[in-house]
Amino acid sequence: MDAYALQMKGIVKEFPGVRALDNVTFSVRKGEIHALCGENGAGKSTLMKILSGVYPHGTYDGEIIINGQKVEFKNIKESQDAGVGIIYQELALVEEMTVAENLFLGHELMRGRVIDWNKIYAEAQKSLKHIGLNIDPQTKVGDLTVGKQQLIEIAKALTKKTDILILDEPTAALTESDVEILMGLLNELRAKGVTCIYISHKLGEVMALADSVTILRDGRTISTDPIEELTEQKIVSKMVGRELTELFPYEPHQISSENIMEVRDYSVFDDKGKPLIKNASFLVKKGEILGISGLMGAGRSELFISLFGGLKGKRTGTVLIDGKETRINKPQDAIKEGLAYVSEDRKRYGLVLGMDITKNTTLAALNKVMKLKIIDDALEVKKAGELTSKMKLKAPNLEAKVGQLSGGNQQKVVLSKWLMTNPKVLILDEPTRGIDVGAKYEIYKIINELVSEGVGIVIISSELPEVLGMSDRVLVMSEGSITGEFLREEATQEKIMMCATGGKKHG
Amino acid sequence: MGKTLAEVERKTQGNRGLSFKFDLQAYTLIIALVLIAVIFSVFTSGEFLSSRNISNLITQMSVIAVLAIGMTLVIVAGHIDLSVGSLVGLTGGIAAILQVWQGWGTFSVVIAAIVIGAVLGLWQGWWVAYRAVPAFIVTLGGMLIFRGILIGLSKGQTVAPMEDSFKQIGNSYFPYIPGYILAVISIGLLVFWTLQNRKKRKQLGLMIPAATLDFGKVGIYAFFILLTTYMLNRYLGIPVPFLIVILFAAVFIFISNKTSFGRSIYALGGNQEAAALSGINIKRSTLWVFITMGGLAGVAGVLLTSRLNAATVSAGNMYELDAIAACVIGGTSLVGGRGKIVGALIGALIMASIDNGMSMMNIQAFWQYIVKGLILIVAVWIDISSKK
Repeated sequence: MDAYALQMKGIVKEFPGVRALDNVTFSVRKGEIHALCGENGAGKSTLMKILSGVYPHGTYDGEIIINGQKVEFKNIKESQDAGVGIIYQELALVEEMTVAENLFLGHELMRGRVIDWNKIYAEAQKSLKHIGLNIDPQTKVGDLTVGKQQLIEIAKALTKKTDILILDEPTAALTESDVEILMGLLNELRAKGVTCIYISHKLGEVMALADSVTILRDGRTISTDPIEELTEQKIVSKMVGRELTELFPYEPHQISSENIMEVRDYSVFDDKGKPLIKNASFLVKKGEILGISGLMGAGRSELFISLFGGLKGKRTGTVLIDGKETRINKPQDAIKEGLAYVSEDRKRYGLVLGMDITKNTTLAALNKVMKLKIIDDALEVKKAGELTSKMKLKAPNLEAKVGQLSGGNQQKVVLSKWLMTNPKVLILDEPTRGIDVGAKYEIYKIINELVSEGVGIVIISSELPEVLGMSDRVLVMSEGSITGEFLREEATQEKIMMCATGGKKHG
Repeated sequence: MGKTLAEVERKTQGNRGLSFKFDLQAYTLIIALVLIAVIFSVFTSGEFLSSRNISNLITQMSVIAVLAIGMTLVIVAGHIDLSVGSLVGLTGGIAAILQVWQGWGTFSVVIAAIVIGAVLGLWQGWWVAYRAVPAFIVTLGGMLIFRGILIGLSKGQTVAPMEDSFKQIGNSYFPYIPGYILAVISIGLLVFWTLQNRKKRKQLGLMIPAATLDFGKVGIYAFFILLTTYMLNRYLGIPVPFLIVILFAAVFIFISNKTSFGRSIYALGGNQEAAALSGINIKRSTLWVFITMGGLAGVAGVLLTSRLNAATVSAGNMYELDAIAACVIGGTSLVGGRGKIVGALIGALIMASIDNGMSMMNIQAFWQYIVKGLILIVAVWIDISSKK
C-alpha cells in the first residue's frame, strides 16, 4: 500500500456560470509537506473548502479518500472529526479571549457539566510548549503579535487530533523572524508525522519547506512534482502557463534632479507622547522609485500614513512639496498637495467593498467628475472606464461590487482611484501583498509607466526582492528611525538586513 | 512582454455591458405590495383599492414617509436615530404652542419647527460625530430629552386648535386640472432626462441601453403616475401631504445620487476608514446627516400637528420604529452603506397598507402590531437569504 494521507479524485465544483474546479486530482502522502500553488482564482481555496466540509458532500462531484477510507463530509465538524484542520489566511481567533480559552473554544474540557478550567490551563500549557511558544495561557490573544497568533491557530488545530493540517497563506502577515519560527515548527510537525498542505504565494518558502508541489491553474491540476525537480522559475511558469523571464521588470529611466517632496527632521508621537518616528529626513525625486525597507513594526507605514495626514497625535518637522513648505493635517490636505497613499490593507483602508468599481474609482477625486457641484454619471463611468482599462482590470463590468473581485483586481481599483487624483507622489504600502504572480507583474509595469510620466513613487515593502528589484534608491528603517540609504547599484539583501536589524548607519 | 500578458488575459475588461440587472430586492418589494393590495381588496370587497381609501392611505403614510427619507440617510451612514418620534412630537408641539399660545403666523411657525428640528439634529450629530458617542445612545437620550421638553413646554396639555392655513398643510388637496398638469410635467421631465442621458453617453462613447428598455421604463413610470393621479382625482385630488413627500423624496434622491455629500454618506457607511483616507470629511458628513434628519423630523412634526389639528404630549410616539422598519423593509442594511430612499417609501407604504387594511377589516388593533412585527422579521430574512 502506498501511504497516501489524502486523495481527492476527479473533483468538479461549479458555481452559477463558472466551473471553479474541473476534474482536479490531488494526492498527498503521509507525513509530507505538500505545497499547493496557483494564481488567485486558480481554485486552491475552493478545493480546500471542499476538503474541510465548507462545501458539503453533494455540492461537488468526485471523491475524497482519507487514510484509505472514502469520506463524505456534510459540514466542518465532520471534517475536523476526521482529522482535517484548516488555518485560514484571516485568523479566526477571538481577540478578547485568552489563549487557553481560544485553544479549547468549542470543545472545552469538562468535569461533569462544568468547564474544568484547571485542566484547560494545564493542557494549554502543554500544547503551547509543543509548538515552542513560551507564553502564559491566560494572556489575551489580542495582546499578542500577529505572528504569535498564527502559531496559536496551529496549536488550536493540533488540540483537536489533526492528521492533515491545511495552512492557507500562513505567512502573508508575518515578519521574517516569525516566518522562521513557523517554518521551524512545520518541520518539527513533519518529523512527528503530521501531514501538511501548504498554500503560499511565497515561492521561496515553498522551495525551502515543501516535499512536493501541486500546481493548479484555471481549476485544473497542472502537475504534482517532488521538490527536487522544481525551481522557482519552473513553478511560476507552470502557474501562469508561460515563461516569465523576469520577476521584476525594472526599466532604467531618467530621474529628474527636481525634488517633489522633502521631509526634514520629521517626528511622530503617539497619544502617550511616545515617539513612533524619530527625526526622519529624506527626499523623493521626480520620476524616481524610492523603496522603503525594514522589519515589521519599524514604523514604515506609520511614517507615511502620518505624512498623508491619516494619523492623530503630535508631529514635528518640516514637509516641503515642490519646494514649498506645507502643513498636512488630514487626508484632504494631502490629496490637494498631490499625495496618494495606497494602503497595505486594501480591504480595510482602500476600498468600500459594497460599492461598485466606478464609485470606488472616483471616491478620492469626485470633483473631477462633477459639473456645478453635481455628479455627471456618464462622465464618471467614462473616466472610471478609461483608468481601469489602463490598469487592465478584469471584471464582468464596472457595476460589479469590488468585494467580488480578486485581490489583484481590487488592488488595481485602488490604484485607479489614486491615479484619478493625478498624484505627484504615489505611496504604495505593500502593493503586491496577497496578489498572484501575473497581477504582480502588471502592477510593476504600471509603476514603471507612472515613473516615466514623472510621478515620484514610494514603495514600502517587506519583501526584500521586491524592494531590490524595483527601487532606484532604498531607505531602511528600524525602530522609528531611518537607518540606511542605498542606491540601486549598492543595495544588497545583506546590507539592508544589517540596517533593518539596527546595524550601523550607511551613507 | 506586454503582448504575452495580453494573450493571457481571458476575460474582457472594463466597461462592457449595461445589462438589465435582475434586482431581486426591488421585485420582492413590489410583489409584496401587490400581494397585500390583492389580499385586502378581496377581504374588503374592493373597498381597499377605492379612490377614497387610496387617498387616505397615502395621506396616512406621509408622516412616516418623510421620516423614512431621513432615516435612510442615517442608516446608510451606519448610524441610527431613535429620537425622531420624540422630535416629531416636540417640533409639532412647539409649532402648536407658537401658533395657539403666541399667535405666530403659519409660515413662521413652519420655519421655526423645521429649524428647531435641524438644530436639535445638529446637537445630536455633534455628539455622534465629534464626541464619538454611539448614535444609538445619543438618540436614545434624545428620545427621552425631547419628550421631556415637550411635556414641560406644553405643561402636559393638548394644544389646539390650529389656524385654518396651518390645517390646510395636512388636510387639503391639489385639485383636478393642476393635478394632471403636474403629472404631465413630471412625465415630460422623465422623457427629457432620459433623452439627455442617452445623448451624453453617446457623446462620451459609452454603451447606451436599448431604446426599448429605456423608454419602456419611462412608459411604465408614466402609466403609474397617470394612474395614481386619475385615482386620486376621482376622490378629492392629490393630497398635499403626498406632494410634500414626493417633493422631499425627489430632492433627497437627487442629493444621495448626484452630490458628493450623498456619495460620502454611502462611502462612510460602507467603510469609514477607507472613506476617511480617500479625503472624505467623515465628521462633517455625519453631522449633516443628523441635521437633515432633524429638519425632516420638523417637517413631519408640522404635518402631524396639521393633520390632527392639535399637538398632544404623546404625538409621534414610536414613530422612530415605524420609520426604521420602513427603511429596513425597503432594503436598507443596518450595517450601513446600502439602501435606497425609494425602497424606504415603498416600505412605508407597505406598513401603512397593513394598518389601513386591517382597520378596514375591523381586525383588533393588537393584531396590527403582531403582523407588522412579523413582516419586519420576514423582510429582513428575505433580504439576507436572497444574498446567499
